[in-house]
Amino acid sequence: MTNDILVFAEQRTGKVNPVTYQAFSVAKHLATKTGGAVHACIIGKGVREIAAGLGGYGAKKVFVADDAELEFYRALPYARALTAAIDAPDPRIVLLPATFMGRDLAPRVAARKRAALATDCVSVDVAADGLHVRRTLFSGKVFGEYKLVGDRLQMVSIRANAFPAAPKQDGSPEIVNVPLLLTDSDRRLQLTEIVRTGSGVKDVTEAEIVVSGGRSLKSEANFKIIYELAEALDGAVGASRAACDAGYQPHSRQVGLTGKVITPKLYIACGIDGAIQHLAGMRGSKVIVAINTKKEAPIFNVANYGCVADLFTLVPLLTQEFRKLRHHA
Amino acid sequence: MRIATVIKQVPDSNASIRVLADGSGIETAGLKMVCDPFDEFGVELAVQLREKRSDVEEIVAFTVGPEKASEIIRTALAMGADRGVHVCDPAFASRNEIFLAEVLAAAIRKEGKSFDLILCGKQNIDLDSGELGPALGEFLDLPHVGATTFLEVAADGKSFKARRRIEGAEEAVECGTPALLTIEKGLVEPRYPSLPNLMKAKKKPVAVLTAKDLPGLDGASVGTALLSLTPPPPRPPCKFVEGEPEQMARELVRLLREEAKVV
Repeated sequence: MTNDILVFAEQRTGKVNPVTYQAFSVAKHLATKTGGAVHACIIGKGVREIAAGLGGYGAKKVFVADDAELEFYRALPYARALTAAIDAPDPRIVLLPATFMGRDLAPRVAARKRAALATDCVSVDVAADGLHVRRTLFSGKVFGEYKLVGDRLQMVSIRANAFPAAPKQDGSPEIVNVPLLLTDSDRRLQLTEIVRTGSGVKDVTEAEIVVSGGRSLKSEANFKIIYELAEALDGAVGASRAACDAGYQPHSRQVGLTGKVITPKLYIACGIDGAIQHLAGMRGSKVIVAINTKKEAPIFNVANYGCVADLFTLVPLLTQEFRKLRHHA
Repeated sequence: MRIATVIKQVPDSNASIRVLADGSGIETAGLKMVCDPFDEFGVELAVQLREKRSDVEEIVAFTVGPEKASEIIRTALAMGADRGVHVCDPAFASRNEIFLAEVLAAAIRKEGKSFDLILCGKQNIDLDSGELGPALGEFLDLPHVGATTFLEVAADGKSFKARRRIEGAEEAVECGTPALLTIEKGLVEPRYPSLPNLMKAKKKPVAVLTAKDLPGLDGASVGTALLSLTPPPPRPPCKFVEGEPEQMARELVRLLREEAKVV
């Protein structure tokens, strides 16, 4: 085992998931302590050009599994490819984005490699006995400090927006081809289609800014003002469970314990009182704005900025202000 | 067709969680424990498959947990599972989901007869890691579908079509059985067991397995150790923006730009 660090660079249809660059900044920090090199691995079809670009983020070598059978994510072929990409440099640490792909892939590979794994971490550091990480439990109600046992491969997936992105610099990495030997058992599951959901607006898990509406929106049609504000901010639209259960928004937009747990840069809660189950889904956001007519609503306990106001009046005014800002920029 | 569902007992989502003073765990006295809501989706899905089809021979609910976890096996049995397997041994009391997956894999393999579908929750709401399902698929050498939002099993039970959630989209997949699926919210709505079914559940068989029954699980795969739990750092107090709506909007935008620097 070397002291090197391997970053799994996630891509879909040729676009690198931005959490990948955040993983690079973690990798660089860890490398200063382990004394090893930072490498990357990329899996897909026609991804060599992207691979070359990863040098700018600090990858010394990029291990590339490029194959028609890897065009779309499937757990078993990707697990085969990632395992091979880990075996080549034999790193001590593997970092992945804690995205849908990372969360699906990492446990399979960790189980296969008998690796130590910590998922969705918000801090990662090197200690004498292995990595020390911090992650949330019980829907963000508790923080846990964990040690990863240092005698084996250590895998860590990192939470979106918990770390700064590594800046792009110059650098041309050595490209190393990873041989892919798929077996028939790796082909047991076939992908037939990728269906976009939610009318082309960004998904809450991929946006840096999320504007959410609650049941006080009173109808699906009234969510228009939420969509307009989200659009002015280039953000995504979320909703409380009550709003989804009432049919105002699909469950794919639900933020909360049984919906999506998100940590955007800015979360604007409009007409959401802040039930425990909702707070569980957004309390990790960097900055929280709450707009609510009731000053005693629990959402104000987690908000950085509060507006005691009628959302039907304030939200369109905010949209105007942000649009002006964009025109000036 | 035989279906296994994997369930776990977790603190109720509305319960407040208090960390012990020494950080070694959470206060469990008086804490309301329930079947994980995502795992209940799996049980419900299994029962609905039986109601729709004539070929579901058996639904078995598996859990790893302390004696008290027998409560959630009864819940699954009252919802419609046929029998339970309760892996109950202090040696398996772990917060490492990869190890728990290894224990469950051993308990499922011990059944001898294989399962066509294994259903788990997308994640458990206590550890929030989502590692269990994919790792269990790996240990049982089964393909898995994570975060399933749609499932249609073929008439012969030998294959299925499913959808799974990803960022802003869903992947449609096809797969042969046997396979493992982790269930996302929205696919099914768990039923409340009726009183007669709660009574019937008391008569359904539950096998209890200990470390003696599952040899070779020495915990070598436990690659993490909890150092301490802490309550989350308090958020700074809310700054209320005052004024008429127009002023309020302008001031909020200014604060977000100049103070918080997020827009």
